[in-house]
Parts: sequence; C-alpha cells; structure tokens
Amino acid sequence: MLKYVVKRIGMALITLLIIVFLLFILVRIMPGNPFPSERMSAEQIANKRAEMGLDDPILTQFARYMGNLLQGDFGKGTSLYNGAPIKTVLSTCISNSFRIGGIAILLGTAVGLLLGIVAALNRGRFMDGFCTVFSIIGVCVPSYVFLIFLQYNFSFKIPFFPYFFDPSRFLFSSVMPSVSLSLFTMSTIARFTRNEMVEVFDSDYVRLAESKGMYGRRLVTKHVLRNALIPIVTVLAPLVVDLLTGALVVEKIYGINGIGKLMVDAIAGEGIDYNYVLALGILYSALYIGIMLVVDILYGVLDPRIRVAAKGEEA
Amino acid sequence: MEKQAAGKQIYVPRKEDFVLLGNRDITTDANFASQSYWKGVFIHFFKNRRAVVGLVIITLIVFFAIFGPMMNSFGYKDIVSFRNEKNRKVVAKGISPRIPAIHKLLTGEEYDDSFAEYTFLFGTDDLGRDLWTRTWYGARVSLLIAFVTIIIDMIIGMSYGLISGYFGGMTDNIMQRFVEVANSVPRLVIVSVLAIFMPKGMGLVIVALLLTEWIGMSKIARAEMLKIKEQEYVLASRTLGARNGHIIFKEILPNTIGPIITQVMFSIPTAIFTEAFLSFVGVGIVLPECSVGTLIEDGFNNITTLPYQILPPIIVLALLMLGFNFIGDGLREALAPKLEDM
Repeated sequence: MLKYVVKRIGMALITLLIIVFLLFILVRIMPGNPFPSERMSAEQIANKRAEMGLDDPILTQFARYMGNLLQGDFGKGTSLYNGAPIKTVLSTCISNSFRIGGIAILLGTAVGLLLGIVAALNRGRFMDGFCTVFSIIGVCVPSYVFLIFLQYNFSFKIPFFPYFFDPSRFLFSSVMPSVSLSLFTMSTIARFTRNEMVEVFDSDYVRLAESKGMYGRRLVTKHVLRNALIPIVTVLAPLVVDLLTGALVVEKIYGINGIGKLMVDAIAGEGIDYNYVLALGILYSALYIGIMLVVDILYGVLDPRIRVAAKGEEA
Repeated sequence: MEKQAAGKQIYVPRKEDFVLLGNRDITTDANFASQSYWKGVFIHFFKNRRAVVGLVIITLIVFFAIFGPMMNSFGYKDIVSFRNEKNRKVVAKGISPRIPAIHKLLTGEEYDDSFAEYTFLFGTDDLGRDLWTRTWYGARVSLLIAFVTIIIDMIIGMSYGLISGYFGGMTDNIMQRFVEVANSVPRLVIVSVLAIFMPKGMGLVIVALLLTEWIGMSKIARAEMLKIKEQEYVLASRTLGARNGHIIFKEILPNTIGPIITQVMFSIPTAIFTEAFLSFVGVGIVLPECSVGTLIEDGFNNITTLPYQILPPIIVLALLMLGFNFIGDGLREALAPKLEDM
C-alpha cells in the first residue's frame, strides 16, 4: 500500500512539473511585450527586461520562477490591480472561493446523498420520481442560471438577500451562490447514489445478508451504502475541484472576489494579464491533480480489491 | 431416506392424468425472427420513452434552428424600426412577447403603440432586435459549433485510442502518459492560455473544445480495442495478410462505433454548455453574432428592466441538455441492453 501511495504521489508531482513547465513556456513565448511600449523608450524597455531577467535563457528563467514559487511567491501582475503582488491578491480570492465552494460541497453532498438514499429505498414510488426529476433539472440547467433566477426573485423582487456579495456579511450573502453552486453536485450525487444503491440492493451479497435475517438500518448502512459509496467518491472528485476553484460565472454574476472572477478578469478584460494566467493555471492544475491523487488513494483505502490489484502490479 | 419419503407420500394417479392433451395446454414460445444488431438497437431505442422524448425535443430545436430565423422578416442583427410621419425613427425597443391577433381576441382592443401590427413571439431586446430570430439563430450557432467540434474530436480521439490500444506495449505506454498529462490540465487553464494566443471569438471556443473533448473518446476507443483485438476474426484477418491500418479501421472500428456514438451524444451537451459559458464570460462569440451563451448574458444584463428576455435562451439551453442526455441514455441502454430491460 505504501509503495502504491508513494508511486502515485511521485507520478502526480512529475505531471504537475510538466504542466507548470509547459504553461511557463507558453506564457513566455506569447506574442507582444509585457510593457506598455508607447510610454517607454527602447533603452528603458531593454533595461527593464534585463532587470526582470527576461533575456536569460528560458531554463534559467524557469528555475528562478520555480524557486520563487516554492517560497510562495507568484511575482507581480502586469496589468491587474496596479501590479500588486499576486500572492496577496490570490490569498483573499482563494479564501472567498474556498469558503463558498466548501459550503456548496457540504450542502450538495449531504442533500444529494440523502435524496439518493431515500429514492433508492422507495424505488418506484413518489420520492424516486421526485429524485429523478430533480436530478434531471439540476444537470440540465447551469448553476449560473439558478443564481440569476434566485437573484431576480429574492434580491430584486423581494429584497431579502443582498443583490451582490458582501464580505462583511459573509454567511448571509453566500447563501444564494452556495445554493446555486450546490445544485449540480446535489443532483449528480443523488442520481448516482440512487443507481449505485439499487444495483447493490440487487447483488448476491445483499441477498445473502437479507437471508441471514439482516434488515433495516443495519443492512443499509453496513452493506449497501458502504459498497455504493466507493464509486461516488470518484464522481465527487471533479465536482469538488470545480466548486473549490469557484464557478467562474457564478462569481462574476454575484460579484464575488474569488479566483474564478480573477481568472475572468485576467483573460476577458482589455489586456490579458499573463502572470495571473500563469499563477492561476498552476493553482488550478495543482488543485486538480492533488484532488485526483487523494481520490486514487482513498479509493484504495475504501476498496480492498484495488489494493490487492495494485500489490499484484508491483510484484 | 428415499424409502421414508416414498412411504410417507404416495402419489395416487387420478383420472385426469390419463386424458389426452389437446392443443389448449400447449403454449408456443414467442418466436422472434433473428434481427441484425442495428435493428435490435433501433427497436430498443424507440421502446424507451425518454429516448423518444429526447429525440423529439432535439428534432424540434434543430428544425427551429434551421427554419426559425426565416419565419419572420427580421434579421438576427437588424434593429426593428420604421420612420413615422414626422420622419423620426421609431425603434421597437424592449417590447414584451405578444401576438396581436390573440391580444385582440382576448381584450377586444389593439395595442396602442406604434408596432401594433407586429408579432414578436419572444419580444424584442433592449436595442430593438427581434428575440425569436435571435434565439433560433443563436441556437443554430451553438449547435453548429457543438456538432463540428465533436465530430472532429470523435475522429481524433477514436484514431488515437484505437491505435494506442492496438499496438500496445511501448507505443501504448507513451501515448497513455501523454493522455494522462493532457487530462490533468483543467479545461479552464487550457482556455485561458488559448486566450493569450488567439483573438476572442468562435475560433477560440472551437479550439478549446477540440483540445479537451477528444480525451474521453480516446479512452473509450482504447478500452473497446483492448476488448476486441484478442478475438479470432482479428487473428484471421492478420493471418490472411491484412495490414495494421486495414485491421484497425476496417475490421475493428465498425465494432467499436456503438459506445463511441454514446459518448458523442454526451459530449455534445458538454460542448454546448462550454460554449455558453465561454460566451457568457466574454471570450466566446463576439457581437453582433449571437449564441445561446451571449443571449443569456444579454438577458442577464437587462434582467431588471426586461425580465422576459432571458427566458427563451435559457429554455432552449435546458432543452438541448435534456434532449441530448436522454438520447445518450437511451442509446447506451439500447447498445448494451441489460437482461432486466429485455
């Protein structure tokens, strides 16, 4: 098991390094020039380039960038926020995005699981149908459309919730974005849980447990749910990444100062801020790879068969 | 044991046991003529109520996307206006959805504005453009982008997966490592890096979709290839001297097409979704062109003044997602029917 984990971590780190390198190269060979050239003479630009080390070989630059990166230094933005250090801007944005995403994940997973379990236990009855319809709607309608709907009805028509995000009233103003973000997770999890549980209910080992006289909550929690949960973990992983990194459009609509909005500002504004694109690209990739890694390992912990298979591979 | 059991229960023959059986007790098994694979898939698909609903929805939307913009005289970027008797331009700004004939029938009076005789089924937007035309034109753009990119993705992903799975060994190893790295880059990062190199617009959306969607297809194609390549007919073909290209694309490809088509059906809504989201964020379709995404954005910008404006594109988007998901589910079940569904 330990060997498997170490191997996975090693592979994830190598993949991340490759991606960071590719991103770095792509951003460095971009067309155009990072300084507003009308206001600076050629000599000034040359000085500035030398000062920032842009004339060094690309590998030297990369090594320097990585060195800074490991100390948590992302450099400075070229056009956003008047060139403030990316680190400070990023930390506020990350905390906002993560808190709202976190609430959305908890809400979505909890309600989704509950809904799925209830639907599976009442197969073919009203709750099952409700779960199906709910999950179809949740998958078909984008979260930002839900947010627009909520915003129109509960901030504009009935002014109860704030129309835009207000950091001073964090919990209160994060209700609407969190709820709308969680709907997709909720419906995906609900549908998946229901299908998995129905499948497990039909399996031989549950029939065996039933024939031994096991029923009720013990059967559901110990035998059905435990086995149904394993595949759900894999479905949850990409959803978690999406939510933690902040759904772009939701943040844009609700005026949340998060990494999603930062990304939109960096790519969709007048000028493109390359350093932010690079920093955010690295951040997103790292999160994505990190969570996939956690899922892979968790999967091994949850399902002994995979552990065994991995051992067989090593031998 | 046997003696005991026999001793306890002795069967006494009755009179009825000796009556000749007539035709009444003989039931014939329902007999199906053997049918081709695709005919079976076809029958299964159309038995599935949801799949048929999905198909109807998509057919309707495609029909309107093609013919909808032609159904009235307004162009998708035309601002509806006319010159009044004082030669001033009157623009049909922000008119709510209406059909004059029905309004007259219900209330007995005509509209009292300058556009009394015009029908605006979905109303007009803040600049005075007809939303019926724009909605269907936008749906056309979104569908076109989705179809084109997904078909190209299918070709790329399928070839990649089939080749990787067929040759196996070192080739497979290298090709799969590449997929692994490509798959670890979030879509958003790809889009943002692309935004540095490309002008915003349709091209950016298409390239972004091309770069991301092929991976899923290649995985499915590879899995199918691994299943199929050990079968006898492949060996037979090789024995007869067929070359690799022939075996991969002529012999094996037709047998992997089912799962790939299913994947295509699930990728199309993803593509539409991505397009809508990129256009909403502002790196997608550029004005005055429109797509479902830009229409939703327009609607959002005017939501406090013209709340009806956002509804048509949202409903079209939701129906597209619904339809393709239903078709995809139906196809998956029809292609690999489980015993319980039969």
